Amino acid sequence: MNSISTDICIIGAGPVGLFAVFEAGLLKLRCHVVDALPQVGGQLSEIYPKKPIYDIPGFPDILAGDLVNNLMRQIEPFHPTFTLGERVEGYRKLDDGSFVVTTIDGTEINCKAIAIAGGLGSFEPRKPAIEQLDSFEQGKGVYYMVRDPETFRDQRLVIAGGGDSALDWTIFLANLAKEVTLVHRGTTFRGAADSAEKVKALHEAGKVNLVLSSNVTHVHGNGQLHSVTITANDGTATELPVDSFIPLFGLTPKLGPIEDWGLDLEDNAVKVNTLDYSTSEPGIFAIGDINTYPGKLKLILCGFHEAALMCQGAFKHIFPDKKYTLKYTTVNGVPTL
Amino acid sequence: MTEDVRVYVEEAPGQRTEVSGPTDMGLSLMELLKASGYDIQATCGGMALCGTCHIEVLAGPALDEPSDDELAMLESLPVMSQGSRLSCQIRLTERLDGLVLRLMPQNT
Ligand SMILES: Cc1cc2nc3c(=O)[nH]c(=O)nc-3n(C[C@H](O)[C@H](O)[C@H](O)COP(=O)(O)OP(=O)(O)OC[C@H]3O[C@@H](n4cnc5c(N)ncnc54)[C@H](O)[C@@H]3O)c2cc1C
Ligand code: FES
Repeated sequence: MNSISTDICIIGAGPVGLFAVFEAGLLKLRCHVVDALPQVGGQLSEIYPKKPIYDIPGFPDILAGDLVNNLMRQIEPFHPTFTLGERVEGYRKLDDGSFVVTTIDGTEINCKAIAIAGGLGSFEPRKPAIEQLDSFEQGKGVYYMVRDPETFRDQRLVIAGGGDSALDWTIFLANLAKEVTLVHRGTTFRGAADSAEKVKALHEAGKVNLVLSSNVTHVHGNGQLHSVTITANDGTATELPVDSFIPLFGLTPKLGPIEDWGLDLEDNAVKVNTLDYSTSEPGIFAIGDINTYPGKLKLILCGFHEAALMCQGAFKHIFPDKKYTLKYTTVNGVPTL
Repeated sequence: MTEDVRVYVEEAPGQRTEVSGPTDMGLSLMELLKASGYDIQATCGGMALCGTCHIEVLAGPALDEPSDDELAMLESLPVMSQGSRLSCQIRLTERLDGLVLRLMPQNT
């Protein structure tokens, strides 16, 4: 079991969670950031990395992906630590007032304050409607994300999907796995043109099997996946022995476990006090798209402002007797931790 | 004054609810459905970027062909049928009158 100790545990590595690391750093508070996705950036990385944003102060326009990269550079001096690819499930409060935040994979983060920056919720894979698919999850042959490519070394794989991640992983795993079959419902790929070309070239070189105009319709096995049925659009079905099946159909956000934490909610969002973005539970704060209050705007700019005020509140919660005086970064530069 | 256009949402086989909306406000079908209380995330706000406004057209008038962006998004979803469309990419015009649709599951 992984155990981490920090001042603030930030749930969500979207723009607001990342900027909260900076604001916390100015107050010399350490942060650990957890995200269900394997990469940072939240909606900006997952939904619109190549879209320009026009309403970030000081940037007439900036690509969403570049804003995320800049935020990562900006927080470097504070050496935040990250747990990526793990969804936060719950927390418990200890007698000394500190918290232990727990993830789905059993990681525990001991912290003095929690900042929920969960945005629209944790991004979860879209699962195809295949009977009993879920009985092969959790290491039994069905994977919705490639976290560690080594898992698939020398295996027989079926990847399903026609978007960028299906193409990218087909290319990458072609060199690692024993056999890769890409199953796609259509006849043309709409992911990046050069990735589609690479997949075709790998197919011609005999390194990847391409099954077009088809879907994976059934999974079979006894405790462990041993084959899948691929059904062509004309109805013909073939059973193929496999070690792993990786359906890659993108992700969709779900509010998820935080909904059940007993915090005051309104319309699926966490109610906060705009003084410091505290929730109904002392020591737990909520910033960015996940919170609600009169006048709330779901904008990155507003989330940044909330992060600044939240950190003041977290500082007071952690050090009730210490007085904090605001210092401008222009005067003192950016302190390091 | 323009007439409201009527579309029908099939909640279960044979069970249809009529929703209607104005054609002179530049609304999309997604916006009409959302405004009529249907649970559609529409995370990207109608930019064909998220796929959370996926519907299946079951019957009714012929629609314009989907754009490349719409097709690209639809093809990345786990369930796609002959009638699959992104409701955010369909403008609410008189031509839609009588359309029958089904909301597609966002995560099955
Ligand atoms: C297409 C589009 C265009 C947009 N354009 C603009 C714009 O131009 N300007 C603007 O200001 N805003 C824009 N927005 C809105 C902006 O993206 C959001 O306001 C912003 O992303 C909110 O940031 P956040 O950090 O609060 O949440 P998010 O970006 O949603 O990040 C939240 C993160 O928390 C993680 N998470 C949630 N729950 C858990 C959990 N239990 N465990 C682990 N991780 C969890 C999620 O996986 C996610 O990565 C746009 C949004 C979209 C969809
Ligand atoms: S609302 Fe996002 S694709 Fe339609």
